[in-house]
Amino acid sequence: MTRGENKKKKFHINNVSLLITIVLFVAMFIFGSIRYDHFFSISTFLNLFNDNAYLMIAGIGETFVLITGGIDISISSTVAFTGVFMAHCLEKGMPAFVVICLALLIGITVGAVQGSLIHYFKLQPFIVTLAGQFLMRGLCVVISEASIPINDSFFKGMALGRIPISFGEAKPLNGKIYYYVLIVMVVLLVSIFVLKKLAFGRAIYAVGGNEQSAALMGLNVARTKIGVYIISSFCAALAGIVFSFYTLAGYGLQNMGMELDAISSAVIGGTLLTGGVGSVFGTMVGAMIQGIIQTIVTYENLNTWWTKVTIAGLLCLFIVIQRVIAVRADAMKGKATAE
Amino acid sequence: MKNKLSKWSQNQAFWPIVIFLLIILINSIMTGGDFLKITMVDGHFYGRIIDIFRNGGKLMILAAGMTMVLATGGTDISVGSVMAISGAIACSIIEGNLLPSLNGSVPAAIVLAICAGIICGLWNGFLVSKIQIQPIVATMILLVAGRGIAQLITNGKIITINSDAYYFINGGYILGLPFPLYIVIFLVGTLLLFVHRTAFGLFLESIGCNPKASKFAGIKVSGYLLAIYTISGAFAAVAGLIESAGIKGADCNNAGLNIEMDAILAVAIGGTNLMGGRFNILSSVVGALIVQSITTTVYALGVPAAYIRVLKALLIIVICLSQSDRFKQALAKAFASRKRREAAV
Repeated sequence: MTRGENKKKKFHINNVSLLITIVLFVAMFIFGSIRYDHFFSISTFLNLFNDNAYLMIAGIGETFVLITGGIDISISSTVAFTGVFMAHCLEKGMPAFVVICLALLIGITVGAVQGSLIHYFKLQPFIVTLAGQFLMRGLCVVISEASIPINDSFFKGMALGRIPISFGEAKPLNGKIYYYVLIVMVVLLVSIFVLKKLAFGRAIYAVGGNEQSAALMGLNVARTKIGVYIISSFCAALAGIVFSFYTLAGYGLQNMGMELDAISSAVIGGTLLTGGVGSVFGTMVGAMIQGIIQTIVTYENLNTWWTKVTIAGLLCLFIVIQRVIAVRADAMKGKATAE
Repeated sequence: MKNKLSKWSQNQAFWPIVIFLLIILINSIMTGGDFLKITMVDGHFYGRIIDIFRNGGKLMILAAGMTMVLATGGTDISVGSVMAISGAIACSIIEGNLLPSLNGSVPAAIVLAICAGIICGLWNGFLVSKIQIQPIVATMILLVAGRGIAQLITNGKIITINSDAYYFINGGYILGLPFPLYIVIFLVGTLLLFVHRTAFGLFLESIGCNPKASKFAGIKVSGYLLAIYTISGAFAAVAGLIESAGIKGADCNNAGLNIEMDAILAVAIGGTNLMGGRFNILSSVVGALIVQSITTTVYALGVPAAYIRVLKALLIIVICLSQSDRFKQALAKAFASRKRREAAV
């Protein structure tokens, strides 16, 4: 009896959090539409994707790590490093395709090293990824202290190429998405497939629920744990590529503190920091909420630091909500066993 | 052999002190003795060594607070941002932007800035102990939001102030020695007395080894966690005051930037296990001196500042590995198999 119920309860936790998130998103959109002229439009909505594509990709990668109960705070540096690295290589005249492949390879390597240190030597994830963060920020400045512009034609094409989306003649019904938003969609769909359908994905949830049980069940914990750090760093490298499409430059101090944005996207989207529960779709909605906060702050003409403060506040709120739900679920479980 | 080993492990501060002396020795040889030179001007001591002690003051204070946080198996990466907040508050009050009724009183500014640090620490402690968020995430909230708050206090500007009384915090001398050194001695001394003369230190180690068992043993785990994060916040605020007095103003973007890594590195070099458990505040303070002297050395060698961060990141991984039992086992196995192979040959 308990197995089915447990499953339902976990789903329930996830669902409530995600539901609050979606309601919050809709409420914010309505608030913005009432308060400001020209806010309500398809283009405002689509710009959430255009402006936050890199955050969504990085957040999806981070979600994998969070589901196993780990943490990866090196992603912002990976984003910055791949950006600087690509800009530097392109400046030296290397072809765009090779540079992109190299950047992704860097991501995989970084993730593999971090994951191995964490798994094989039982080091704490936050220390390892904190060191990784500093290492890569340092390497950024070693390559170049100044911002390097990107003049490659492929990158320019990706930066400017867009698909118009229209639902009618009126102006609010028209919008556009940039090509790189399609990358987000692909990453999202592949992630959902991996997490829901593949044995590897189910093992991620199992390891997050209880690592020892997962190992006793015969699941390959090493592969799963190292795998998620590779996915996280790979996604961060991909986010770095999308970010350089977005800004057409590589700069070593870019995206300071983005790991918090990625983690809060995941948490706001219903991922439990204790592991075992989470969905990449939720992370996507979480990133969109951050996008809409940014938009509202811009419309309000406030200091941009308000965005960071609001997001941090929102993250706290959602963690508290999670705790309350988890405590109540525990209490219910206790009651059930007592009966 | 075993006897010797146990002797070493009893003196946790032994190796850090040796390393520190070695770094100074290497520096002295490379600079031909210039490094050790201490001159006396107007009754104040000047020299590279004095500089290390003065500039390392912030880091020594932070490392002392961070040691206890790490001893419980937690971490506090918000210290840099708390430094920015405390500097911003102090400078805004002295300049008269904030609470103009205080007329820019320096003591009031210092007290309020430290209060702000205590509030930040309480907030971190509350999240960690009551809400039970992972320390890294709990303090990361303040790491990111804290700089935002500091920016909002100063209205996004870099404040410069003109107050000799405030400059004294970093630049002052008493009996020829720089004032930050006295702050360090006072804070670390008080902390050591508190930790080692009461059961506090023992409880911290117990929490770090096994929080659940400690709770069952009757230790008020959440109360202690709250206390150490608060101490860490207050210490960070003091470090923030020293920093802002040093640059004679508040720069919210750069005050205490990346210093959390230095503080963690200092604790790691001091031999405290980053997984929690055994800790030694004094050897962390020596660790902070090592970090500071490495920085000074690297600058003196003319190596670009960027490499320092890479070096420090690698250093922390190596130290963590050396603390990892798994790594020691793997190493021992590798050595054993090689010996066997040699024997077979």
